[in-house]
Amino acid sequence: MISQLFILSSKGDHLIYKDYRGEAGSDVIDVFYEKVTALTGDQPPVVMVTHHKDLHFVHIRQGGLYWVATTTADSSPFSIIEFLNRLSGLVKDYCGSLSEKAVQMNFALIYELLDEVLDYGYVQMTSSDVLKNFIQSEAVSSKPFSLFDLSNVGLFGAETQQNKVAPSSAATRPIQSSRDPGGKSEIFVDVIEKMSVVIGSNGVLMKADIEGEVRVKCYMPSCSEMRIGLNEEFSVGKSQLRGYGAAVRVDECSFHQSVQLDEFHSHRILRLCPSQGEHAVMQYRLSDELPSAPPFRLFPSVERDSAGRLLMYLKLRCDLPPKRSVSLLPEGAGLSQELSSPDQSAELQLQNRTVFWKIPRFCGGTQLSALFKLDVPGLSSASMLEVGPVGLSFELPKWTGTGLQIRFLRLSPIHPGPSQRWVRYVTHSDSYIIRI
Amino acid sequence: MPYLSGKETVKELRRALSNPNIQSDPLRYRNTVLKVIRAMSQGVDVSDLFSEMVKACATVDVVQKKLVYVFLCCYAHLNPELSLLVVNTLRKDCLDPNPMVRSLALRSMTNLRLPSLVEYVEQPLTAGLRDRAACVRRVAVLGWAKLHNLQPGSEIDGAVVNELYSLLRDPDPIVMVNCLRALEEVLKDEGGVVINKPITHHLLNRLKECDTWGQSEVLRVLQRYQPQSEDELFDILSLLDSFLVSPHPPVMAATLSLFLSLCSGLPAVSQAALERVRGPLLAACGSGSREMRFTALCHIQLLLRSIPGLLGEHYKRFFCSYAEPAYIKRRKMQVLVELVNDENVIMILDELKGYCTDVNTDTAQAAISAIGRIGRSYSDKCLEILTGLLGLKQDQITSAVVQTIRDLVWACPQCSDAVSSALEGCEEVLQDSQGRQALLWLLGAYGERISSAPYTLETFIDGVRSETSMELKMELLTSTMRLFLCRPAETQDMLGRLLHYCIEEERDMCVRGQALLYYRLLQREIEETRNVLQVRRSDPSMGVLIGRPPEPISQWVSSFNTLEPLQRCSVEVESTSRGSPEHLASIPKPNADLPDNLDCRKLEMVHLGSDGTAQRLGGPAGLPAPGAEPSVTLSLSPPVTPDEFERLWMQRRASHTEQESADEGANGTWIEDTIRCGAVPHCSPQSLHAAMQLVNIQTLAFTPTHTLPWKVFLYTHTLRADTSCSTLVLGELLYAGELNPKRSAEGEMEGNEQTQATAAGDKEIKVTLWQQPHDVSALRVFLSVLTTVLHTLSSEVA
Repeated sequence: MISQLFILSSKGDHLIYKDYRGEAGSDVIDVFYEKVTALTGDQPPVVMVTHHKDLHFVHIRQGGLYWVATTTADSSPFSIIEFLNRLSGLVKDYCGSLSEKAVQMNFALIYELLDEVLDYGYVQMTSSDVLKNFIQSEAVSSKPFSLFDLSNVGLFGAETQQNKVAPSSAATRPIQSSRDPGGKSEIFVDVIEKMSVVIGSNGVLMKADIEGEVRVKCYMPSCSEMRIGLNEEFSVGKSQLRGYGAAVRVDECSFHQSVQLDEFHSHRILRLCPSQGEHAVMQYRLSDELPSAPPFRLFPSVERDSAGRLLMYLKLRCDLPPKRSVSLLPEGAGLSQELSSPDQSAELQLQNRTVFWKIPRFCGGTQLSALFKLDVPGLSSASMLEVGPVGLSFELPKWTGTGLQIRFLRLSPIHPGPSQRWVRYVTHSDSYIIRI
Repeated sequence: MPYLSGKETVKELRRALSNPNIQSDPLRYRNTVLKVIRAMSQGVDVSDLFSEMVKACATVDVVQKKLVYVFLCCYAHLNPELSLLVVNTLRKDCLDPNPMVRSLALRSMTNLRLPSLVEYVEQPLTAGLRDRAACVRRVAVLGWAKLHNLQPGSEIDGAVVNELYSLLRDPDPIVMVNCLRALEEVLKDEGGVVINKPITHHLLNRLKECDTWGQSEVLRVLQRYQPQSEDELFDILSLLDSFLVSPHPPVMAATLSLFLSLCSGLPAVSQAALERVRGPLLAACGSGSREMRFTALCHIQLLLRSIPGLLGEHYKRFFCSYAEPAYIKRRKMQVLVELVNDENVIMILDELKGYCTDVNTDTAQAAISAIGRIGRSYSDKCLEILTGLLGLKQDQITSAVVQTIRDLVWACPQCSDAVSSALEGCEEVLQDSQGRQALLWLLGAYGERISSAPYTLETFIDGVRSETSMELKMELLTSTMRLFLCRPAETQDMLGRLLHYCIEEERDMCVRGQALLYYRLLQREIEETRNVLQVRRSDPSMGVLIGRPPEPISQWVSSFNTLEPLQRCSVEVESTSRGSPEHLASIPKPNADLPDNLDCRKLEMVHLGSDGTAQRLGGPAGLPAPGAEPSVTLSLSPPVTPDEFERLWMQRRASHTEQESADEGANGTWIEDTIRCGAVPHCSPQSLHAAMQLVNIQTLAFTPTHTLPWKVFLYTHTLRADTSCSTLVLGELLYAGELNPKRSAEGEMEGNEQTQATAAGDKEIKVTLWQQPHDVSALRVFLSVLTTVLHTLSSEVA
């Protein structure tokens, strides 16, 4: 049960405020903002205010905004947080993107949404299929597509039968613009994986998890059925290995409730009727093992030179074919640098005591090296222990850690007019840590 | 758009709204209304525009209608008279052919929240309940709840309640769930909606039709249901089983809540449910939303309170990733501390070690104190890491380490030796008063073993004038006094200076008062001073009480799936900044890390309840036993190797069976006895081992937990203080299995204190001892010590 709901910008500006039950005044917004910004860093999602009895704020942060609900102590945190997440997802679907500007420009639409989604603080419906019958406002796109805005083209690679590449901004548009005659009917199927890896100082893989999901983003006004074919050798759990080939294995797998699994067991086909907007159709997880070697290896050496400077010599090897972008975060203070190629850059952030090494492109099978010389006041041999760990954040397009592939994507019935299907693969680093 | 002041904006908008040109152009009219709403949500007071907006609601444009209703619902309570005009328009809209307009009008009408309008609203609401369109019925049902809450004291119309009950069978699932919600609110005074068997079964059968929100709502309401028979209960449970592993965390949590409340009498089923829910909970811990991750972590902490071993093998899921916010990292570390076992302790400590040098000081401190917590069971490894961290000479890390060491030493006095050698040189690095206070306490408590202690204190005393913290000065006074008692020659001079300063020059009354107290104490008598100042040592047997005992599920089930577990963290954070552990232990605190069952009375009671062997409370090792008992201490030197033990044991055993009559003599004595106590065989071998070691009894071999017969071999030396004659004691503990469960049940029914103490899970442990040379009184002391340890352990496990 949600008593009030409001959206604040990160600076505390009131963007949206809706009172469902009239139990407390709108002054609670400022109370909340004071409380949540009193300490530095992010605050846990539940904030209690002592002088307002039984007033609990549950908030999430999405798109740089605070999404806040006030509620009572006995309500379920799972429900409220899931609801706030779903709400931000809906706003994203309807406005195209999540930002302060998008919310400001589309506030009428968001009020409409809030009116339908909740009544008297109870969640009514959150499916974009049903909601679209009730929402009348048109979204105002905050960022019209510009031909000159090609900065992030190619960040997502896309491979379809036509072998075309869609700009990465193609999927950030409001769903309802498909009502316009000019709107394209498109469907995006993204396989997104997040790797969390810990490699010990001796090079041993200490932890390796992959969390992945298949997301479908649908801009089709009407799509009756879609069939997604996964690798045939895809197996779930340890016992289910099929054949002797290179199996694609995951430990756990869960599906969206709209997915019909009757063909999954025999042919690894997911059948579903996608509703407009974005949905995670399938989520899976592989823990404690990688089917291939970890994509990046680091050979560090950290020493102290005769002048009392800290020398960090990092050699990074990429064991994969295509191009990457990587940034590194070791720690230090005071810097002079020698990098192996000109398009890289390194930056010292004194506040976080980290060195950022930015590598815009990284070819697979190659090796990069960097030598960082850091002037650290009062460097002792003990403070060498303080260096590290190295964290890599990267995005690997067209590659999945588990090897999951989409064999085919069929829509039925075949649509008249132009419709486009996009399949994209990307692997992110959730946390890729190499200890020194 | 230039920023106008609120008043000017309102004036501008009013002009635009009443401009007939704008009113005639639907698009411009709508845009003006939009501007009003925008100003409203930015916090400008636009209530003055109410009358203009009332006019604006008479339009065919649905978007504009919606916007105006948002405005009206917000400001209606300021203009009750004008709102009457709105009601007319709304009632007209309620008859609109478009169901969307009907539901919109009905919802807005009930959202006006004006008690004076109730009479106009009731009729359309009643009609709404029977509307053809489901979306209108949904609104109408909740409308009754809103109406009821407007006039809290009013009578409930029985007909409406009946209608709502009958709508529970509505074909639309959302109407059904809304009916439940409305009835809950309307009938709040009577305890909510009646949950009887037909309603329960109806709701359960339709659960699959609802969306996740409806499911969690229904499951929550069903918690009030009491199944009439066991068969029915199991039918319900099997129906709910698929929801337990739902990929949607709200449904999973609500189902588990319902499971636990239904099975409160069936611990095995609850346990199975908790194990089944492990997968979805872990999945929620890896969810993309960090808030959801946090929620799942907090609830996992609840589960671990009852089943500590639930997630031991999944410990890697709780390793922090560097991008996570500090609040998640802190929770993950708290979970990791709970998951430590023999197999994963090295990996976990290695991981935690990596966090200790984190850039975020909060995270670093949390990691260090987590290592300290693990140190209570694995002290050697943790102390190694902690002393290594001291080598970094980093003030915040050192401060956290010293505070952690203080708490660790308090809980495990056996590691004080290692600590006292590590503390040298810390004082130069420490900057904050918390850390220095901890160091001072350690210097006072273990000053006799730290050679440089007086010099360290001297630097503190020299700088006392520029010191601002009151707590630090008091700690300094106490520590110097304590050091004076054990090392008077080195400390006398500086103590004099300190007392002089504190009494003559100090402004703070607390410090002055304490200094005066110490001064007068010293004037009276040294023995008395010693008594007052003696370090309150923690009970040695306390160190073994590792972790909390598994709590019954009923302790936390009421807070499961509420906001309470998510708030607990802030409480724990506050408790980390505190003074010395002595003060902590003297305040009975339910949340304190130290177990609260160390109350002496309770221990004594346990003793009285136990068998005749332990008639007297034998003090723990090193302390003289009360009463007429000669003072006997236990010691481990000279050590007995396992081989030697086996040889002696087998040899004596063989000779013992041969010549049963010759019990006494050069071969030593055999004694057999039983100790009745609770769940000792169920406690982990490590804690037993550690417990025994604290009282200087060495365990050499034991069978794994939960095996029958359960055996432990141990040895010790007794040493009599008066005659200084020592004996060697070898022993075997044997637990063959449940003896007489019936008797213990009867004992519980009698309910007197003695039996209660022993009744719970009563188990007889057979003790076989061999002693050489023979010394009955020493053996009796040994037996009582052994009994104490076993009872403490079993009360811990049970």
